[in-house]
Amino acid sequence: MKNTVLIWLAIGLASFILLPWHMTEDGLLEASWISDGVASTGLFASLSGQWWLAPAGLALMGALILHFTIPEPVKRARLMLATAIAGLALIALQGLIIVRAGPRVFESLLTSEIAMAGQPGMGAGAGICALALLFVATISISQSGKGQGDSFVVSTIGLIVALVAIFVFFPVIHILVRAFEVDGGYSLTEFFPRFFSSDIWGLGCLIGGRSCGVGINSLFLGVMTGAGTTLLGLSFALIFTRTDFRAKRLLRVLTVLPIITPPFVIGLALILLFGRAGTVTEFFADLLGWEQTRWLYGFWGIYFAQMLSFTPIAFLVLIGVVQGVSPSMEEASQTLDADRWQTFRFVSLPLMRPGLANAFLLGFIESLADFGNPLVLGGGYSVLSTEIYFAIVGAVADPAKAAILAIALLSLTLTAFMAQRIWLGKKSYATITGKADSGQNARLNPVLRVVCYATAIPWAALTVVVYSMIVFGSFVKLWGYNHSFTFDHYIRAFGIDFTNGRFSGVAWDSYFTTLTISSVAAPLTALVGLSTAYLLVRQKFVGKDAFEFSTMLSFAIPGTVIGVSYIMAFNFPPIELTGTSIILIIVFVFRNMPVGVRGGIAAMSQLDKSLDEASITLGANSFTTVRRVILPLMGPAILAALTYSFVRAITSVSAVIFLVSAKHNMATSFIVGRVENGEFGIAIAYSAVLIITMLAAILILQLLVGTRRLRRSDRIQKPA
Amino acid sequence: MNTTQTGSVRFEGVVKKYGAVTALKKLDLSIDPGKLVTLLGPSGCGKTTTLRLIAGLEMATEGRIHIGGEDVTHLTATYRKVSMVFQSYALFPHMTVRENVAYGLTVKAVPKAEAAEKAEEGLELVGLAGFGDRLPSELSGGQQQRVAVARAIVLEPEVLLLDEPLSNLDAKLRRHVREEIRQIQQRLGLTAVYVTHDQEEAMAVSDSIIVMNKAEIAQIGTPSDLYEAPSSAFIADFIGDANLVPCDIESSAQGSATVIMNGQRLSIPSDAVSKGPARLVLRPHALKIAAPDQPGLSGEISYAAYLGKEIQYTVETAVGSLFVISPVQANSFAQGDSVSIGISETDARLVSA
Repeated sequence: MKNTVLIWLAIGLASFILLPWHMTEDGLLEASWISDGVASTGLFASLSGQWWLAPAGLALMGALILHFTIPEPVKRARLMLATAIAGLALIALQGLIIVRAGPRVFESLLTSEIAMAGQPGMGAGAGICALALLFVATISISQSGKGQGDSFVVSTIGLIVALVAIFVFFPVIHILVRAFEVDGGYSLTEFFPRFFSSDIWGLGCLIGGRSCGVGINSLFLGVMTGAGTTLLGLSFALIFTRTDFRAKRLLRVLTVLPIITPPFVIGLALILLFGRAGTVTEFFADLLGWEQTRWLYGFWGIYFAQMLSFTPIAFLVLIGVVQGVSPSMEEASQTLDADRWQTFRFVSLPLMRPGLANAFLLGFIESLADFGNPLVLGGGYSVLSTEIYFAIVGAVADPAKAAILAIALLSLTLTAFMAQRIWLGKKSYATITGKADSGQNARLNPVLRVVCYATAIPWAALTVVVYSMIVFGSFVKLWGYNHSFTFDHYIRAFGIDFTNGRFSGVAWDSYFTTLTISSVAAPLTALVGLSTAYLLVRQKFVGKDAFEFSTMLSFAIPGTVIGVSYIMAFNFPPIELTGTSIILIIVFVFRNMPVGVRGGIAAMSQLDKSLDEASITLGANSFTTVRRVILPLMGPAILAALTYSFVRAITSVSAVIFLVSAKHNMATSFIVGRVENGEFGIAIAYSAVLIITMLAAILILQLLVGTRRLRRSDRIQKPA
Repeated sequence: MNTTQTGSVRFEGVVKKYGAVTALKKLDLSIDPGKLVTLLGPSGCGKTTTLRLIAGLEMATEGRIHIGGEDVTHLTATYRKVSMVFQSYALFPHMTVRENVAYGLTVKAVPKAEAAEKAEEGLELVGLAGFGDRLPSELSGGQQQRVAVARAIVLEPEVLLLDEPLSNLDAKLRRHVREEIRQIQQRLGLTAVYVTHDQEEAMAVSDSIIVMNKAEIAQIGTPSDLYEAPSSAFIADFIGDANLVPCDIESSAQGSATVIMNGQRLSIPSDAVSKGPARLVLRPHALKIAAPDQPGLSGEISYAAYLGKEIQYTVETAVGSLFVISPVQANSFAQGDSVSIGISETDARLVSA
């Protein structure tokens, strides 16, 4: 382990001396920074006036000297830890103080011309130096403690904490700061009136006449969607588990749909059906002479679309909940002479209550965070997620307003998230005991069964119609006006000019960008998510609860808020990433990480802990144990994490729409652009191609990772 | 295979706390090289914690741990020369039997050919030569257990740890496998620490038994020490069945004590003890059941169970209900019979009240 420290010190010093500290115009791979001379390296820059860069090099040198001069290991580790942390703190401090426009804080101290000229964002040199110092610090921690520390584990914790701090907390703090900004200054007194203004929280619509605030609109929509999806999901789940409904496999398909559907696609399909020129609208207009209205564009349209989008999610959650009610409980109730309705009402339903609350909160959060459907169908009904977007890209760009709206949205989702964790976390009636339960679940009471069928079946049929519209609509010339069959949309989007072999379609650029970025982001997401899961399940360390909470937090941050916070935080030095593809990859990794963590935790809890312990007592260290024992046994979880993060990266729109650039455009933001121009055909065609791409990707990943099936007999944890 | 350096284990004032809960109170113990020592006790007594502290899977809150004369208190499991056989076997399901056995060698960068050779030797030792290419899931429970043992001993550990290794086997196989484990341990002269909650198993395999109760050591001794000279009512009750009957010590002389139980004066073998209340340990086999006209403690049979080779009686007497085991005889008794129970003074023992 001593060698690892030396290696990192060497890497850090080498990058300080040889690599450009700041970001270079052409990127690292272009050789121009070499020909520009050594002027840009950390060492040279700090000697030629940018003295504030020196601490990085000094800390690395200091740690190196300490490593060779102090014989007592614990004392040496503690001193090296202090040096490394001081170095990191000074790097962060200089980055935050000396920005492009020169020092704003400590202005009187830093008056030199070079300091006032500022500096560009941190580049390769700075990044690698900081990483080296971080690892020197974590390895030192593992050696300064009482032996429990394993340098691999401590370093992984350190790295993940640092990444979450930089890419989740730093941007969110930026938003908070911006919300207090008034004309170049900061004011606490200005914030509260603006935050609590009637634009956001007004209740005018209740009294009549005027419209409610956007916050109230979002809240109302969220509660309605949460309640609606939970009820529908429950009736699907009951049909699925408690009846012998024939087409259960078809219902299963429903659960996969929302994962592979870009969020606005449902909205688009609804426009084709119920819009002013929609099929259904025209049908009734002809038949009954109803007026063709724009009712779809507003609350009911969004609500409709969200119900279609999120019911499958509630269904997925509630299948587990309904199955979790142990049959023996219901049998016990029936032997005590309760009838089927009483059993359901007094035993099963109360047992499901925490699960129902969970499904509701999930629907609530999803509805608040939903950006695609309100954008497509919003009309006069404005909600927070879209208002944030318009505050940034609208005619009057108002970042401070966007920041305040973002905080309003964030406080709603965070409240729901906290409620879910605090209230439901302790209240689990998990009735799966690990003992084989051979009983049979009670069948549904006839009235209840009819109610379930009557709601769920038409809804499932509607879902099928909506999805077939996506395929059908892409082959129609101009929906509502000219229904002749055509390949035009596909040709325009994905045409290939075979005479010169060029991809002449307008969609190719964004399609390839999307695929590239998603395939880079997916393995990184899986890596970060699964390592976090490993730490949470298998390691004990101080602050584990806080660590878990902070990694799950980004789940509660709506994409729009992430997007806004990223452009606010990473548009300027010290970390300048906007306009690059890196920022897109990063946003995907940290948005989708909680799912990787959850999946990893579930899979890892299935692996008996004594497998790790066996490996460790046989002389393997944690890294070897992970590589040779845990990873090979996690095949399915890795596959799930990879698939999910890949697909999520393709379908994501809310965060991405702020971060794309002309050079790096993504499929979803391209489609939204077409929708805004009224080019529905091409938008629908592109969406259909995306869905097919994702299905193909899922199949390919399954073939690649899933071929090795293991006998699982030993893997189920034995009850202690 | 010859194990050259087998080591001793020594705990000096070891304390283990999980937050506010104390799992081990100041433990001192010493295990000699080449011995098989069992940690025995009811669940939650701290025996598994002790084992995991030796393994390095838990770190001591206080105190020092020495293995083979070396202070290993701050070393993690990876760096300790001990290996462990787990209750669930913990065989890696994605590796073949040979890969499993060779795992510890390959992570130590032993050349592949040598590792495979040693693994084969290990498998031979546990009687599984030729099973190397199978997956663990293709073996029976007993075979899996033996693979786990082979995997642990090919590393030639200073100490071999076994955590309830037989608890997942069925009763008949258990006796067979425990004999095998004992034979391998003796042949290789290994130091072994064996955790179990089954007192019969402990007595069958151990050179010495450490009985633990409530996070402390209750008594250390050979199996016969514990049975013949229990130091407390807990030990007497835990090691073999025992009837504990209150009595009063009247006087104590060299090697024996005079006690009064239910008005009857008895002379019980004992070291010097002080006067006062105590308890008499009466083993069920050592009580003689006879017709009521015979001398002894009179009582009435409240339950009788015929088990083929013996009959178990529960007898209500003036000193409480006594458990008596008697061989099947021509004149056996039935529920409700009045009987007399004869106490063999030389088989009885004294423990503190």
